[in-house]
Amino acid sequence: QDMQEKETITPERAEEAKLKAKYPNLGQKPGGSDFLMKRLQKGQKYFDSGDYNMAKAKMKNKQLPSAGPDKNLVTGDHIPTPQDLPQRKSSLVTSKLAG
Amino acid sequence: FLGAGGGNDIQWCFSQVKGAVDDDVAEADIISTVEFNHSGELLATGDKGGRVVIFQQEQENKTQSHSRGEYNVYSTFQSHEPEFDYLKSLEIEEKINKIRWLPQKNAAQFLLSTNDKTIKLWKISERDKRPEGYNLKEEDGRYRDPTTVTTLRVPVFRPMDLMVEASPRRIFANAHTYHINSISINSDYETYLSADDLRINLWHLEITDRSFNIVDIKPANMEELTEVITAAEFHPNSCNTFVYSSSKGTIRLCDMRASALCDRHSKLFEEPEDPSNRSFFSEIISSISDVKFSHSGRYMMTRDYLSVKIWDLNMENRPVETYQVHEYLRSKLCSLYENDCIFDKFECCWNGSDRQVFLLYIIVMTGSYNNFFRMFDRNTKRDITLEASRENNKPRTVLKPRKVCASGKRKKDEISVDSLDFNKKILHTAWHPKENIIAVATTNNLYIFQDKMN
Repeated sequence: QDMQEKETITPERAEEAKLKAKYPNLGQKPGGSDFLMKRLQKGQKYFDSGDYNMAKAKMKNKQLPSAGPDKNLVTGDHIPTPQDLPQRKSSLVTSKLAG
Repeated sequence: FLGAGGGNDIQWCFSQVKGAVDDDVAEADIISTVEFNHSGELLATGDKGGRVVIFQQEQENKTQSHSRGEYNVYSTFQSHEPEFDYLKSLEIEEKINKIRWLPQKNAAQFLLSTNDKTIKLWKISERDKRPEGYNLKEEDGRYRDPTTVTTLRVPVFRPMDLMVEASPRRIFANAHTYHINSISINSDYETYLSADDLRINLWHLEITDRSFNIVDIKPANMEELTEVITAAEFHPNSCNTFVYSSSKGTIRLCDMRASALCDRHSKLFEEPEDPSNRSFFSEIISSISDVKFSHSGRYMMTRDYLSVKIWDLNMENRPVETYQVHEYLRSKLCSLYENDCIFDKFECCWNGSDRQVFLLYIIVMTGSYNNFFRMFDRNTKRDITLEASRENNKPRTVLKPRKVCASGKRKKDEISVDSLDFNKKILHTAWHPKENIIAVATTNNLYIFQDKMN
């Protein structure tokens, strides 16, 4: 490579460099794409008492399992607790487009 | 009003706007789909709250020759309700992902609406008369004492105020493990497909307890997942042909005559990538958010994050045209990734079929940010940016073209990229099948624009 020539960086690459500077661990997870997994599991996960009690029984110390940093990630150990529950939706009314 | 210059001589004017004026938008009011029926007389919207609103165009008023009929509310109903998947403890959103109209066969209208998991066939029918003069019932519905009936009469139908009723005729459920992104009615008008992230199913409109899986891209080991299905559509004329697009920017054309399971495509449309340009964002921005066949079926259009591409079905190795929707966003990808806007799914549409068939002009339309939307004329290669805003509210006032200043000195009337409002997205637009009337959905408002008639 000719180091004397000034390398032109495409706008996209410049943005990539910005992102990697902010999040150094980005794109280093093995296996399938993070985006795809997140996409497939879209949806509000709710407290599941079955999962919760199973996980509690598994714990060696008595620490309650919590949803973890990513509340939307659905795996066996990421269990929302009652405190993590979002508000239920309010009742449905007629669309304002029809008003 | 056509002009020698082609479609971009169309002068678009504000016609109507539907929805609340206030800025505080309830989640339920977010518009999630917009679709004209085959005649253009009806215009349906779906929202995040699972509701469908149908507007009907007024009959043309002979004295008002300067404008076509307005769209007024015809029917509104709750199509889908929030549900709960007990096995996974996951909520199933009631948001209407897509609406597709069936061609009209009798007095009633039919449409398919779908959320993430369930497709429903709705019948919309009119009632303008009711029976009166029953022998055993009073007019208010109370039953008469039969012993008081001394004479008999024949009930008759009398006119009543028009009532429009929507009733669910079929419920197509439990066929999708993943989230439905598309439905498409076949040109045979008997079957339709539904596509989720990993599978596509074929249904018969009359049969709800069975569907055929025609595409399955789920890998045996989910760790090997590299690509998902993003959109699918049947060919407008060939009932054996459909296409589906992917998160990697490819489109596969499948022929159902080739085999029962169309895992092997007949054609693969993919533009070769320049490896030296590859970045972390390349795959994300190449993900196709919408695919639409032209009315002739000779071409198809795809929308990815930054562009609209026109493909000739006879040429797989590259699109015939590429139109940049908002290229200035390429140098903002980092922040668009951080605020999730890079995952926004924009749709696209073709202009009405008559003008394409007579080769008058072919225009494609798609949305952008700041409530801007864009149109590209295939023949003249000219493009225009317009804005859906209540500030341009006067009917028959021609919309002023907008311009975004990418960098450097901003001219008067231009908007700089940094001033764009990324919360004001136009994801859904629709073009009347015959006239130059367009429906443009902002977050919670529906705008209708028409071309200026002389």
